[in-house]
Amino acid sequence: MLISELLEKFDERFEIVNRSDEAGETEITKVFCCDLLSFAMARNPAGSVWVTVMGNVNTMGVMALTDGGAVIIAENAALDENAAKKAAEQNITVIKTSLPVFEAALFVHNLLS
Amino acid sequence: MNLEFTYTVDPDDFTRAGEASANIKKKLKKMNVPHEAVRKVAIAMYEGEINMVIHANGGNITVFVNEDSVTMVLADKGPGIPDVEKAMQEGFSTAPDNIRALGFGAGMGLPNMKKYTDEMKIDTVIGEGTTVTMKVNL
Repeated sequence: MLISELLEKFDERFEIVNRSDEAGETEITKVFCCDLLSFAMARNPAGSVWVTVMGNVNTMGVMALTDGGAVIIAENAALDENAAKKAAEQNITVIKTSLPVFEAALFVHNLLS
Repeated sequence: MNLEFTYTVDPDDFTRAGEASANIKKKLKKMNVPHEAVRKVAIAMYEGEINMVIHANGGNITVFVNEDSVTMVLADKGPGIPDVEKAMQEGFSTAPDNIRALGFGAGMGLPNMKKYTDEMKIDTVIGEGTTVTMKVNL
């Protein structure tokens, strides 16, 4: 499934904050959950949908460097202004949801399987 | 091909940390360096950059690129690393709480750098600074 197809399947519980120009070309590989950025840096698979509560600018740094497919900020966690700006600059798909990390990840997982 | 790029890492600026790694990633991609090697360089250099911001009041990074390898030299004038062996252990961290709140300080920086590079050397002198040299073979 492509990121763009995933975005179409999101219901009203998900808010698309930023959409990458490459969403129509990026194949989703895995769902990945982690809040420690150093772990995410080492383990976030390219093309992943990463679910986290860390909504700061460094989350976008990790996304850009690991070639992540999309990041979901769960639990209504704050996405700070710098992070939103960086997402737009770096062409990163960002989604916000009030769902807990596990439920958000499970929702995507079920769509993939 | 024999290219050299230099970057300055600003101290205490987490909004800009990662810019050097993002820039070198873009450059290597343009040079058609294999995707996996680009990923390794970007991850290792980002960790190094973050370390320089957290622990060392910034510093300088020089990246050398040739047909066979990418070599990154990260030099700082920070406090030095008292026990390198300990610092290399996963989970060991001296990062303060405000850094942990940002999602760092998990004690994965140096282990990640080693994991993602083919060679890594740490030269450190207490009170003078640390130079980390990392090489990714192409």
